[in-house]
Amino acid sequence: MTKYDELTEFLLRLGDSALIHAQRLCEWTGRAPALEEEMGMMNVGLDLVGQARNWYEYAAERINDGTDADTLAFRRDERAFRNLLLVEQPNGDFAVTMTKQFFYDAWQFHLLTMLKDAGDERIAAIATKSLKEVTYHLRRSSQWVERLGDGTEESHQRMEKAIDTVWRFTFELVEKSDAELVLSESGNIPALSELPEQWLATVNNVFAKATLTVPDEPSAFYLSARTGMHSEHLGMLLAEMQFLQRAYPDASW
Amino acid sequence: MYAQQVETGTKAIKSLAEMGPEERAFQEKIDAEIKIEAKNWMPDNYRKTLIRQISQHAHSEIVGMLPEGNWVTRAPTLKRKLQLMAKIQDEAGHGLYLYSAMETLGADRDEEIEKLHSGRAKYSSIFNYPTLNWADMGAVGWLVDGAAIVNQVPLQRTSYGPYSRAMIRVCKEESFHQRQGYEILLHMMRHGIQAQKDMVQDAINRLWWPSLMMFGPSDAESPNSAQSMAWKIKRHTNDELRQRFIDQTIPQLELLGCSVPDPDLKWNEERGHYDFGEIQWKEFYEVLKGNGPCNRERLETRRNAIQDGAWVREAAVAHANKKQKQQAAA
Amino acid sequence: MSEWTLFEVFIRSKHGLNHKHVGSVHAVDAEMAIENARDLYTRRNEGVSIWAVPSASITATASDEKEPLFDPSEDKVYRHASFYELPDEVGHM
Ligand SMILES: [Fe+2]
Ligand SMILES: [Fe+2]
Ligand SMILES: [Fe+2]
Repeated sequence: MTKYDELTEFLLRLGDSALIHAQRLCEWTGRAPALEEEMGMMNVGLDLVGQARNWYEYAAERINDGTDADTLAFRRDERAFRNLLLVEQPNGDFAVTMTKQFFYDAWQFHLLTMLKDAGDERIAAIATKSLKEVTYHLRRSSQWVERLGDGTEESHQRMEKAIDTVWRFTFELVEKSDAELVLSESGNIPALSELPEQWLATVNNVFAKATLTVPDEPSAFYLSARTGMHSEHLGMLLAEMQFLQRAYPDASW
Repeated sequence: MYAQQVETGTKAIKSLAEMGPEERAFQEKIDAEIKIEAKNWMPDNYRKTLIRQISQHAHSEIVGMLPEGNWVTRAPTLKRKLQLMAKIQDEAGHGLYLYSAMETLGADRDEEIEKLHSGRAKYSSIFNYPTLNWADMGAVGWLVDGAAIVNQVPLQRTSYGPYSRAMIRVCKEESFHQRQGYEILLHMMRHGIQAQKDMVQDAINRLWWPSLMMFGPSDAESPNSAQSMAWKIKRHTNDELRQRFIDQTIPQLELLGCSVPDPDLKWNEERGHYDFGEIQWKEFYEVLKGNGPCNRERLETRRNAIQDGAWVREAAVAHANKKQKQQAAA
Repeated sequence: MSEWTLFEVFIRSKHGLNHKHVGSVHAVDAEMAIENARDLYTRRNEGVSIWAVPSASITATASDEKEPLFDPSEDKVYRHASFYELPDEVGHM
């Protein structure tokens, strides 16, 4: 299994997370709880596929073996994907979907805020553009978490359950990584050491307004996107998403 | 057309002399191409017919998301994925523009949607056909949106102001839909492998006749046409529009290097139009009655979406009420 | 009855232009109305500013008020620049 240099792996982590999350949003097409939400979810999805493409294009240039953004998206197996475990989890009900969205948005928001000052100009440029979009995503998902957490008895219970379902995958959002330390020491990206605290602060803040309880710190266990150790859900997602490219490898679309 | 058969509730069209003063003033405005606005006086049947027509149109946009939703998770490249997502989102937007126009007539969106879900309101027959290969995404954009455009362009001049303005917005966005659809097909035909070319022809074979049915039954079979035309909520007959669609589509078909499953299709020099074979109206009426290949699935998906989302919508209302109370107390 | 409130949406398309009515959205509060309006009516860069107003809060002129409200201004042609004939020598004014 190919393992790329730290910077490329980092780009894939960002690109894969955006794409896989968007793929889950696509599954909601025609099924959203309100027509207005069809618009909202698709807007977020469109932003994220666009972001994925930008990260992939940069990654493909670095890999430099004829790979392009589409090959990265549609021709790699699950063990090569670097997306957060959180975003590959099934949509569940709207509470699970929104909880995933909020955790991911908060992570993206703080990460991109740091990356817009990255020494690597390409990363800084993509982060600056993406941050505008993600700022809106976070505002939207925070509001939904608040509405559902502090809405009706039923919505509150569903939120508590949703948090319980996906919280264990948030260890990846708060873990410190050696690879990223290398990248910040070489000046490619700023130090990300504050990211866990900032992410948690946003979660605390929104959950307080939403009358939701923040669980204890999640602990890592066996799975890790950094090494392509995914949950079983990713394989099925890829089988669907990559079907045409896999079935007709010589085709041009 | 997205609204294929709209009951007008009128048997014979009144002449100006037979109308009371209010109705005469109303009809004279329409004859003079002056728009009717929400607060203006209008005959009850005009209002009801418009609510039926606009809601049917809106329902079609929303249900129309489903056949494309069937492939949005399988789009073959990032570019195609983005295009299809944007198109589907536009369709949701069209539905909302139209519901919004409909609500100016005093109708309630949720109530009209309930009529759709209980089978009392219709939507376009075309969306009850399955999408079975990727080329369907091309064929839907090219043929289905193409047919919708032929229908909707004249509706930009419809007599009811809010409807007309919604159609202007919709038409502006539709041209991208048809072009992206055609481009999908053209690319597969010009740069694709044989299997892809077969997909294209297969998609056209399946969608050609249903696309022609979108314009609704023949003029002779459309008892409501005359009244709708007098009210200018319909500006051309079904047959006129169908012919226009065929005439403009066949050259594009030839450019693709494909054919349509109609042995009778040929250019008629004398008429200056294409002749075409007989449409299977039995199939059309079956689909309209609910017996099409996907009617059940489409409605079930939409019903489930609204039912499963009820707790979300309720929670949002409850939260807004709580916040309002807090603000009032502060 | 609608579950969510109907809001009318007004959009200013460019700096310096007036807000123009574009349609309506359903939302639970003004904040959500603005976001839904943004997602619905500004997908193609159509706006720089959005107003959302509960439809029920809008007072509109009724059609039978047209004459008393608007006809009196019909004959005040002197309010319009084209009323004033100036010799060509004046140039553009
Ligand atoms: Fe549409
Ligand atoms: Fe459409
Ligand atoms: Fe369309």
